[in-house]
Amino acid sequence: MDFTYDEEQQALREAVRGLVGKAYSDYEQRRQTVAADPGFDEAQWGRMAEMGLLGLPFSEDDGGVGAGPVEISIVAEELGRVVAPEPYLTSVVWAGGLVSAVGTAEQRAEVLGALSAGESVLAPALAEPGRRWTNDATAVTASVDSDAWTLTGTKEPVPQGARADVLVVSAMLPEGGTGLFLVAGDAEGLTRTGYATHDGGRAAKVTFDGTAATPLGEPGADVAASIATVTDLTRIMACNEAVGAMETALRTTSAYLTSRKQFGVTLNTFQALTFRAADMYISLELAKSLAVWATMVVGSGSPAEIAEASQRASLQVARAGRHIGQEAIQLHGGIGMTAEYSIGAYTSRLTALDHLLGDATFHLRSLAAAVGDHAEVDPLP
Amino acid sequence: MQLELSAEDAAFRDEMRTFFTTEVPQEIRDAVANRRELTKDQIVESQRVLNAHGLAVPNWPVEWGGKDWSPLRRHIWHEEMQRADVPAPLAFNASMIGPVIAHFGSQEIKERFLPATANLDIWWSQGFSEPDAGSDLASLRTTAVRDGDEFVVNGQKTWTTLGQYGDWIFTLVRTDPDVKKQAGISMLLIDMTSPGLTVRPIELIDGGHEVNEVWFEDVRVPAENMVGELNSGWTQAKFLLGNERVGVAPVGATKRVLAQAKEWARETGQLDDLLTASRVAELENELLALELTALRVVAHSADGKPHPASSVLKLKGTELQQAVSELVVDLAGPASLASGAGDDSDLPWWSRRATPAYLNLRKASIYGGSNEVQRQIIAKTILGL
Repeated sequence: MDFTYDEEQQALREAVRGLVGKAYSDYEQRRQTVAADPGFDEAQWGRMAEMGLLGLPFSEDDGGVGAGPVEISIVAEELGRVVAPEPYLTSVVWAGGLVSAVGTAEQRAEVLGALSAGESVLAPALAEPGRRWTNDATAVTASVDSDAWTLTGTKEPVPQGARADVLVVSAMLPEGGTGLFLVAGDAEGLTRTGYATHDGGRAAKVTFDGTAATPLGEPGADVAASIATVTDLTRIMACNEAVGAMETALRTTSAYLTSRKQFGVTLNTFQALTFRAADMYISLELAKSLAVWATMVVGSGSPAEIAEASQRASLQVARAGRHIGQEAIQLHGGIGMTAEYSIGAYTSRLTALDHLLGDATFHLRSLAAAVGDHAEVDPLP
Repeated sequence: MQLELSAEDAAFRDEMRTFFTTEVPQEIRDAVANRRELTKDQIVESQRVLNAHGLAVPNWPVEWGGKDWSPLRRHIWHEEMQRADVPAPLAFNASMIGPVIAHFGSQEIKERFLPATANLDIWWSQGFSEPDAGSDLASLRTTAVRDGDEFVVNGQKTWTTLGQYGDWIFTLVRTDPDVKKQAGISMLLIDMTSPGLTVRPIELIDGGHEVNEVWFEDVRVPAENMVGELNSGWTQAKFLLGNERVGVAPVGATKRVLAQAKEWARETGQLDDLLTASRVAELENELLALELTALRVVAHSADGKPHPASSVLKLKGTELQQAVSELVVDLAGPASLASGAGDDSDLPWWSRRATPAYLNLRKASIYGGSNEVQRQIIAKTILGL
């Protein structure tokens, strides 16, 4: 049992911290970046590609680096620390993960190669209006006519759906089941209505109207199980990103309490405030423990074990994210409400992560349904 | 990073598991599993079995019976013990005064007390808190005045847990009233059969007699019974309290009770209720987070100093211990009212014991440095507030 990074992982962490810190440690820079479309810095995306971060999860044969879950978690956490707006989680981990899991060798090399090189942004087009975090698709249907596939229906919200070069779309298959499809951003019959999200990101309503699509992997195969596993992995990386964001939120709050003066003294004079900060620390440490644990389960566990680990980590992180995000604003007072100051962006991002992949109630429902299946939960294999 | 225990540590875990489940009398383990109060003899017997196998005081220096284990192995020892429903070695002996004597005591005091302390031939009581010195321990007022080769002790200690069984009591006493309060305290070991020493029971809200007041009226104590230098007692006290905090995150024991609670919920059809199931699931998840935090802490405290996050373990550990006992009371429902019923009651034993256990455990967030003191520690030492 070992909870520490090895030397290479530490070096990766330092490198990523340096890269994202240079771009966004000054919060004003982040604010300016998210103000204009596409909501992130294309040049920074290129630098991330140069550092090998965009190809981290993918095999070398597919143009990637072939790193493990710990390395991906390091990147996610560092991005979270500065609420970096680059769509690493959705484009690389989620959409790229789907291509990696389901695509043919040729598709993987082409799509993931371009993604890893920073030449292409992917978007996971999975969410459907009126549905909540499902692995199957009903709002978009796939049709096939002599090997030519088309999609019809609507996906929303699609992260970076307007900017994406390639959409990875889930759709109901003609024979039932859910397939994944690649759709080019400039395909005919594709309508994309983009908008800003509250956390500074971008999303879109994406409408397909007999839009040409390429089946990802074997045509007509039901890949709902693969969607589930990749989404679970994405959840675990979202937990790591949230841990980074929560650490900064707490550190920023502590710094504020020791500098802001009222009644002639700094705020940390008031125990009503410091005790609340102490409770934030407890939430953070417990959440971090589960995020780290779930990341290690990805490396060694079965899909069912990864699913359970993702539920457990997501539940704890969701609770902690709400607690820390809300208290961080409250302990700042009025300044915490302003867009000019950083803390609210952390709360907003933590809230967005919750709803991107499944909130506390969603995960607790799964855990509660399975609570009678075991006597105790043993974290060690 | 890796989750698996090393082959050596996994073998160690198996060894501990086998030992605790085969060498400690089943009757004692059943009493723990059934949440019954242990008798003095059971506590003594269990500790002597552990001590006979060199497993009662692994945290002590090797020359006094300790094991030079990694923090992880000590953690495994502790978890496997709880998992097997084996009562932990008496904390007053094994975790509190033993390490203090081993660290601060003279050779003579070590030889006189340590072997008997490890084997529970001496039952130690703790004489720290006073009616006006709780969280503010340094304001204690019990005095010890030098008179020839002896100290004469006067005052009152309180919350002395299991003091009714005590043979000796380790006390903090004021030996210099004219200096800063922390600088005038010494640690004295006092024979509880000394004339002038009286133990009076305090009845608690669960109806039990677990704690006591200890009164000292001109109790004469040989000067050689002082641990460490005159007026250095606050140093020993901080050392002891630091150890205490690390020892009070009862992860394994709480997991055992939660697993039992789930069984009781199933037997009474309540596990099918989504509200109950989600309450259980949430507690399980928090316990998992706590256990993993404990593992992270032990993995990072190689230098023997308590990791700052150990305050998290005490605070969250006791909160979860209390929350699980609360769950059990609620599962028992109306049957929990029958707390005074005997075995001829038609109600299940666990439901009859639920409320006293719940009420008793309210103490957990108060002792060992109250949870508010832990928040203070987190705010000051970790967050710099």
